[in-house]
Amino acid sequence: MYVAVKGGERAIDNAHALLAERRRGNRDVAELTVEQIRNQLPLAVDRVMTEGSVYDPELAALALKQASGDAVEAIFLLRAYRTTLPRFGYSEPLNTETMQIERRISGTFKDLPGGQTLGATYDYTHRLLDFALLAEGETPPSLETDSAPLEPCPRVLELLNSEGLIEQSPKNDERPRDITREPVDYPAERAVRLQNLVRGDEGFLLSLSYASMRGYGDSHPFAGEIRSGQVTVELVPEELGFPVVIGEIVLTECEMVNQFHGSKTEPPQFTRGYGVSFGYNERKAMTVALMERALRADELGEAVNFPTQDQEFVLSHTDCVSANGFVSHLKLPHYVDFQSELEMIRRLRREAGKQENNAPASAVEEKTV
Amino acid sequence: MSTPQMTQVEGYNFAYLDEQTKRMIRRAILKAVAIPGYQVPFGGREMPLPHGWGTGGMQVTASVIGTDDRLKVIDQGADDTTNAVSIRRFFAKTAGVETTEKTADATLIQTRHRVPERPLQNGQILIYQVPVPEPLRFIEARDSETRKMHALREYGAMQVKLYEDVARFGHIATSYDYPVMVNGRYMMTPSPIPKFDNPKLNGMPALQLFGAGFEKRIYAVPPYTEVQSLDFDDYPFEVQQWEESCAICGSDHSFLDEVITDDAGSRMFVCSDTDYCRERAQSNREQAQENEQ
Repeated sequence: MYVAVKGGERAIDNAHALLAERRRGNRDVAELTVEQIRNQLPLAVDRVMTEGSVYDPELAALALKQASGDAVEAIFLLRAYRTTLPRFGYSEPLNTETMQIERRISGTFKDLPGGQTLGATYDYTHRLLDFALLAEGETPPSLETDSAPLEPCPRVLELLNSEGLIEQSPKNDERPRDITREPVDYPAERAVRLQNLVRGDEGFLLSLSYASMRGYGDSHPFAGEIRSGQVTVELVPEELGFPVVIGEIVLTECEMVNQFHGSKTEPPQFTRGYGVSFGYNERKAMTVALMERALRADELGEAVNFPTQDQEFVLSHTDCVSANGFVSHLKLPHYVDFQSELEMIRRLRREAGKQENNAPASAVEEKTV
Repeated sequence: MSTPQMTQVEGYNFAYLDEQTKRMIRRAILKAVAIPGYQVPFGGREMPLPHGWGTGGMQVTASVIGTDDRLKVIDQGADDTTNAVSIRRFFAKTAGVETTEKTADATLIQTRHRVPERPLQNGQILIYQVPVPEPLRFIEARDSETRKMHALREYGAMQVKLYEDVARFGHIATSYDYPVMVNGRYMMTPSPIPKFDNPKLNGMPALQLFGAGFEKRIYAVPPYTEVQSLDFDDYPFEVQQWEESCAICGSDHSFLDEVITDDAGSRMFVCSDTDYCRERAQSNREQAQENEQ
């Protein structure tokens, strides 16, 4: 039995009440606090901050709680909040060379000035379920290691730079366009591409990166350097005219080294792909770097053969809030359009039926191909 | 236009958007009105509703709404569909404006997928929610290309597509989102309204604004502007017709929704425009009472 879907305010209110009920779950179980989410689900918080484009672990944790743990919904909540915030100004470019490094690895050099440090990583864990956690066992005693942050150290790619083996990092003193304030037009400049990618859906970028590494694209780079740690954010207030530190944030930065076979005007040299994310979201930083490089195919004169190299294809579809909105809008009623299609199909079938009765068999067959 | 003021929702500006953003959107609207049918890029904001659910229409509405406006919101022609209710509530909450279900009483009408049956008047504004503003999108996926096609008025590809329909089916087989030419210059999508509604756009006394939120485009048809649906001399544009009449008001000239009433396939047809249907049913009743007397 079909009932026309018409919902008044009461239906919506009831849906919201039910949702709140389901989010809370069994009331015999203690309610999760925002502080717990912030402290114990930090990678979820990092993803929400990165794609939500706001560095605020508390609000990101709140969004996760409100969204019942759905990252895309939480990102949406944070974005909708962000859009209403006034812009006080633009920070100075972050200097990640002065990062207080907690993790630093390079896939290109065995040893480096400044050294490598694994930091906290899932990389070498054996993925065995830890039933002690299920039994809510004791947290392991804190380690006694030399886990003091590394001294600030130069970026690995600068070592290649001094030899001229890698392209210069493109310098541009123009203030980057803010893609949350201005529409994007194509072809988009690098600053716009990077902003878009950093806000882009982690899963989408991960799969695109995977595709481009597997041959749908020509991006199979080396991880020149991945580093995580705290950096200071500076702002130049108009009335002061010199930079003041307004806070510290945790960042993960990734620089990829790609082959470049050279062109008529350029000798062969390595090229760069750059990625960054809030918090310890290393997967994200790597995929941004991979896709950033893949999307430079056009400007480097490489053949653009795959969607992974196509700016409009990639950049128009990275945003999880947009993608989710548009896919989920299919849940809205479309019965006017559907009615129009019904009428059209019925008419075409009626006419096809008429022709079938009149036309010789061969002609009919041709029509139904 | 609107004066900034605190409303029921604390911490948000009148009609949600800040005044700077509204000013930016109004500039885009003015440009759109000046170049009928041309898609003006604007700095679309993220709204607290999902993209594809009317964020473009809402940004336009938020930018033109004032305290003395009366807002009507319809989805599929109906005031009581959930998303229409949700958007109407949003503005009732953030702008505190009066809302109405009566087409005749509304100064602003935000719509998804329909143009009201009752002819609109000069002074009213009809705001369409647009998912895909580019009429050429399914012919050419790249925006960089379609913008060139508009600039050069290179619309042959669309005529070819329509011709292919004629060759295959004997008709143009587009039933909604049917492309139009505005003021003899720009090709425009009227948004996914049924082609039944296309003739209403032509020479409409009301201002028509179109907002596509996540595509960040605004376009417009000023009052009394020529809007022609694409066709061929020998295959003129035509609209849907029903053999049935509305089961509630008896209308034989409005757009009808088909409602399946049981699992044996019984069905009835009713007006998709709920206000129009209500008005007609009421006048039918009054007529009947008069006749009795």
